[in-house]
Amino acid sequence: MRAAVLVFPGTWSDGDCVYALSCVGIESRRVWHRDATPFDADELVVLPGGFSYGDYLRCGAIARFSPVMDSVRRHAEAGGLVIGICNGFQILCEAGLLPGVLMRNDSLQFRCQPTHLVAAEHQSPFTRGIARNRVLEVPISHGEGNYFADEATLDALEAAGRVAFRYCDHAGNVTPEANPNGSLRNIAGVLSEGRNVLGMMPHPERTCDPLLGGEDGNAIWLSILSAVPLGGIMGA
Amino acid sequence: MPTFQARINVMLKPLVNDPQGLAVRDGLHTLGFEGVSTVRVGKRIEVTLEASDAAAAESAIRSMCEQLLANPVIEDFRFEVGEVVAG
Repeated sequence: MRAAVLVFPGTWSDGDCVYALSCVGIESRRVWHRDATPFDADELVVLPGGFSYGDYLRCGAIARFSPVMDSVRRHAEAGGLVIGICNGFQILCEAGLLPGVLMRNDSLQFRCQPTHLVAAEHQSPFTRGIARNRVLEVPISHGEGNYFADEATLDALEAAGRVAFRYCDHAGNVTPEANPNGSLRNIAGVLSEGRNVLGMMPHPERTCDPLLGGEDGNAIWLSILSAVPLGGIMGA
Repeated sequence: MPTFQARINVMLKPLVNDPQGLAVRDGLHTLGFEGVSTVRVGKRIEVTLEASDAAAAESAIRSMCEQLLANPVIEDFRFEVGEVVAG
């Protein structure tokens, strides 16, 4: 499979994403935000981290108007795989492709630190290859990662198994102390209704090589690979 | 076409926690303003636009707030619109 790594003005994790994907054998191409060419049906679309448009107005609020976002929306609606990491998650929420919003961290601090994650469900392409009870150590790096949605939305997400990851301690316990930013119900990542779109604040691309201290982030890419048969399309 | 200016206030909804406001409140307490009970921090946005009349300007501004200037998940907005008289 191939990946399309999007680049908005202010994106900074595109190089890391390209490298991380290469670690698991996924070839990728960078796509500038003004490029409205449709994605290939079996392409994995990656919205990397950064500060698109300087976080003006609200994080992700302006990037959603980039021409490439029309292609992202069509790709998502057709069942194609989309992952938004950090600022990419914020953009997907602002674009209405994922529910909720990422607010200022409750500490008011920019947090750049390791976190522990547990997959809260195993029925999505991004998580089905991750062993139950496996704890992933994946770093965060953000000032606005405090996931918020109203109670009814949160209940609906949980009931539908659309909470992809929660912050936990090293043993896998989901506790208030393990929550780095105030996210409601320790939510670190959520899925779209069709489970083909994932948004997450932690950076799997930053833990892709033993040289970086770990390669737990690769579990997500490997899960995608295992879910998509070579040459096949999810859900087709 | 007449020119209007809108003064828009965007605030977090009452039930949404505002850690920035809490930090400012604590700062005011440190300065000795002990009577301060609540601080909420929001945004003010000023938009100048041309419209056929005040009602059309208000309708456009409301639509701008709903679609971009405020995020309806966490924010409320209110605004006032006035005609800009030249000279």
